[in-house]
Amino acid sequence: MTKPSQPPFTGRTEDRRFLTGAGRFVDDIELGRQAYMALVLSTHAHAEIRGIDTTTAAAMPGVLAVLTGADVLADGLGPVPPFFMPKLWGGPDGYGTLRPILVTDHVRCVGDRVAIVIAETRDEARLAAEAVDIDYAPLPVVTGARAALADDAPRLWADCPTGNLSCTLRLGDAAATAQAFAQAEVTLKRRLISPRVAPSSLEPRACIGVHDAAEDRFTLYTSSQDPHGFRAVIARNVLKIAESRLRVVSPDVGGGFGLKAHMHPEDALVLWAARRVGRPVKWTATRSEALLTDTQGRGQEVEAEIALDRDGTVRGVRVEAWHNLGAYFWGTATPPIFFSLQLIPNTYTIPAVDLTTHAVFTNTAPMSVYRGAGRPEATFVIERLMDEAAAEIGMDPAELRLRNTIAPEAMPFTTPTGMTYDSGDFGGMIRIALDRGDWAGFAARRDAAKGRGRLRGRSITSYVEVAGVMNERMEIRFDPDGALSIIAGTHSHGQGHATVFSQMVADWLSVPLDSIRYVQGDTDTVLIGRGTFAARSSMLGGTALMRAKDALIERAKDMAAIVLEADRAAVEFSDGMLRVTGTNKAIPLTEVAKLYYLPAGPANALGIGLSGAGTAAGKPGAAPNYPNGVILCEVEVDPETGAIVVDRMLALDDVGRVLNSTICEGQIHGGIAQGLGQALLEEVTYDEDGQLTSGSFMDYGLPRAGHMPHIESHLLEVPCTTNPLGVKGIGESGAIGAPVAIVNAILDAVRPLGVGSLDMPVTQVRLWSALRAAEEMRGAA
Amino acid sequence: MNTFDIFRASTLDGAVAAFRDHGDAMYLSGGMTLVPSMKSGLAAPGLLVDLSAIKGLRGIAREGNMLRIGALTRFSEIIASADVATAIPALGAMAAKVADRHVRNRGTLGGSVANNDPASDFPAAVLALGATMVTDRRRIAAADYFTGLFETALEADEVLAALEFPIPDAAAYAKHAHPASGYAVAGVFVARFGDDWRVGVTGSGEEGVFRLTQAEQALQQGGIKAAEGLNLGELELLDDATFPAAFRAAAIGWLLRDALAQL
Ligand SMILES: Cc1cc2nc3c(=O)[nH]c(=O)nc-3n(C[C@H](O)[C@H](O)[C@H](O)COP(=O)(O)OP(=O)(O)OC[C@H]3O[C@@H](n4cnc5c(N)ncnc54)[C@H](O)[C@@H]3O)c2cc1C
Repeated sequence: MTKPSQPPFTGRTEDRRFLTGAGRFVDDIELGRQAYMALVLSTHAHAEIRGIDTTTAAAMPGVLAVLTGADVLADGLGPVPPFFMPKLWGGPDGYGTLRPILVTDHVRCVGDRVAIVIAETRDEARLAAEAVDIDYAPLPVVTGARAALADDAPRLWADCPTGNLSCTLRLGDAAATAQAFAQAEVTLKRRLISPRVAPSSLEPRACIGVHDAAEDRFTLYTSSQDPHGFRAVIARNVLKIAESRLRVVSPDVGGGFGLKAHMHPEDALVLWAARRVGRPVKWTATRSEALLTDTQGRGQEVEAEIALDRDGTVRGVRVEAWHNLGAYFWGTATPPIFFSLQLIPNTYTIPAVDLTTHAVFTNTAPMSVYRGAGRPEATFVIERLMDEAAAEIGMDPAELRLRNTIAPEAMPFTTPTGMTYDSGDFGGMIRIALDRGDWAGFAARRDAAKGRGRLRGRSITSYVEVAGVMNERMEIRFDPDGALSIIAGTHSHGQGHATVFSQMVADWLSVPLDSIRYVQGDTDTVLIGRGTFAARSSMLGGTALMRAKDALIERAKDMAAIVLEADRAAVEFSDGMLRVTGTNKAIPLTEVAKLYYLPAGPANALGIGLSGAGTAAGKPGAAPNYPNGVILCEVEVDPETGAIVVDRMLALDDVGRVLNSTICEGQIHGGIAQGLGQALLEEVTYDEDGQLTSGSFMDYGLPRAGHMPHIESHLLEVPCTTNPLGVKGIGESGAIGAPVAIVNAILDAVRPLGVGSLDMPVTQVRLWSALRAAEEMRGAA
Repeated sequence: MNTFDIFRASTLDGAVAAFRDHGDAMYLSGGMTLVPSMKSGLAAPGLLVDLSAIKGLRGIAREGNMLRIGALTRFSEIIASADVATAIPALGAMAAKVADRHVRNRGTLGGSVANNDPASDFPAAVLALGATMVTDRRRIAAADYFTGLFETALEADEVLAALEFPIPDAAAYAKHAHPASGYAVAGVFVARFGDDWRVGVTGSGEEGVFRLTQAEQALQQGGIKAAEGLNLGELELLDDATFPAAFRAAAIGWLLRDALAQL
């Protein structure tokens, strides 16, 4: 393990633009003759549509069109299937829904899209949308995943052969686990819940559809993490056109967190509407619409069991879980289902696991990926169990973890869920954290808190992440004048790619940073790309970029050999120069680049232009990487009021080779903030009628600066062995470990008072209620 | 948001006349409550009568035993005021607990007290200090002013011009803020005028802001110690899933103690 050495941070290339308000987001784009779309959303969680009366709305001022599901069918627009189903990752078949972009006769959640209005102005569109009259015949509603599996639960999809169950994923070895449980000295079982949370990107979703009738070609401007993915789904499934007939542009994007990894119906609706009215059509979500219509994250209930011996040896873990899919199997719902089980073995040598999760339809908004996507759920389960087990056998929770961590010598290590960790020093990380965080000095801090009437609790959390899905392509292309562009298949929407990728290329090629233009997010410019999510860009984008550089240099050597009149094999590249070994003959790369663009000369034979493209591959088919880390957390609780203060937060992260430590730490900070939100504040709630009761930021609590503790972040490098850069992901790390770190620390503080379980979010009211209930129990005893 | 007209009044009379003429008007001060309501469709006035350019509605002055704060005075100005800091520092401390910096830079005392949101802070101070609401046509005592949730004694076209706060010997405010909105789940304002104690509670009352008479009596009789451990279970408090009445009652108890501890 080494500490990264980094040059001083000099800011990010993109910061000037963002900080001076010069960023260009979708809503900043104003096109000539642009019209506006407003949504008519279902006000019922479950109902049949008996009729839709659009006459009043259609006659209102400024209205250009009112369109319904019947129009969708009449125009032959197709429904949207899931981006992929669990089967692609070796899971069960499952029932995948086909979601129409407007519903025709059956709404399945509040916020289902029923109709759209296109008008001259935003307000005219919205007023007319309110005037669309829908005759609903309400149906019974179910919002909870377990409730939806009851025999008498209302069914969402009549043709799903397994009722409201889409699929059940099983991993591990049931027989071996049963045996482990039978033989273990201690077993315990807990019910653990990761509630639904709202991704809440700073920039809400927004899109503009354009149809060029002359060419019969569409352009979609959309706030997306994955322009090519959007293009594929919309062109193939909805519009049924060649992909070349749809251009997707994602300019500056103000955060995604998984929400924008997959299209939403509006992305197709604006394109269709644009063709219908012959004008560009814009839609920008209001925050209320976002909370109602965006995909949500998490939403898993778990019955979790652990078996161990009194010496702390963990023998097995058994889990049955229920994932609340919402009304549709939508977008990238598959990864959370998988990762929530696959990462349960975590950093430990757990010999036997028996893991099951059921993906269930309910009358709620669809679930999809959200920063961490299943990994925080898995970490919550295993780390809660480890703390409960430690308390049960009276062992220091750090000691229990150290007894079970996978040793660095055991690498590569394959878990019982089939993940092969290439590298990592999980025990070493824990020991460093204990030292840096003064674990041994806790008793004194706890006593001091007691003197102030506060209960102090601590936790240590070990986590592992799996990063690097799908393949990626990057390109480096010189211009005729010797400047160059990086053409990225990844998509930065806050991650700082323009800075990091440009710095890498500047270093490799010894060219000035400001001669590099960074290009992303336009399907007309980028051949193909997968976008950015799941902490994939450093490994896949970085490796592909390195290979693009290698390819470019190989091609540059061809030209250098000709102009230096040397043997091709004797040309090598260093410090920005192509040199002939053993001679003083050399030519700068930028000069070679110019030669490649001359109207005559060697380029005639070699082909015009100097560029290089590279590909890198991850899971499935190639190895992902496994970032990992430790969080040490201390909290103080006021036993009278239930007020919680997160007092210490030490985050140690092995992110492999560090490309830019400041940007890495920024990712850790942001992830921990979202983890803290999940632990203490955030929860999407529906009432028994399926009405959203957390529909605005007046009710839905997002973490703010004032909620945040000081975060002490340390990066440690254990280079990844399965990619040439040695990098590991960073984007999701903080969000994976933080929720359980905070909850475990709170429980450590209040367990002596008899509070043994707390559901997230641990709000002050929830903790206060638990403390009062425990007090009554003590009084009664 | 619906389309609407806006009229920037330069006199109180002009504002009231414009309001009456139109028939579907609303007054606009800082707009921090009204504009979001219009955006979400909860309010749809045809005319906004902007009060912010009317002279004399903004500013803070100490007049003998009384602190006069113009209705158009912003929270940020209350926080920064030396008169407030010397006469009734608890008002400055309260203003600092309202919302966030952006809202405090625009939101006004008059807008808050005219709106009488049951979760807003200032009604607790108005009631506990026994302030007088000065309008374009009369003076209204605090005891007669708050008439229910979002309801006040103001007539539809009546403009709140200023508030007059009697200066107490001591006062303090303690608040439990909603973790999402920042509004008061419960807020307790205590004031002492000689031997007379007055306690105003906002955020939790079923009928809006109220005086905590149990606490006032206990304080009168036994001083600060006597206010410990009051039985607040009988109070008629809001009760919802996020903040059950039992929590609110307990919170009022500890906020009362915290406020008294500041004196
Ligand atoms: C994010 C956020 C957080 C907030 N948190 C808090 C909080 O913690 N505590 C708190 O107390 N408040 C809070 N508020 C409310 C804020 O303080 C109010 O917006 C403010 O008090 C209202 O003042 P205004 O000047 O903005 O009024 P406006 O929005 O302009 O008007 C509000 C209402 O009062 C009427 N009105 C305004 N002025 C007068 C007048 N002089 N005479 C008669 N009628 C008038 C208007 O017609 C309207 O109906 C919050 C608001 C926001 C947006």
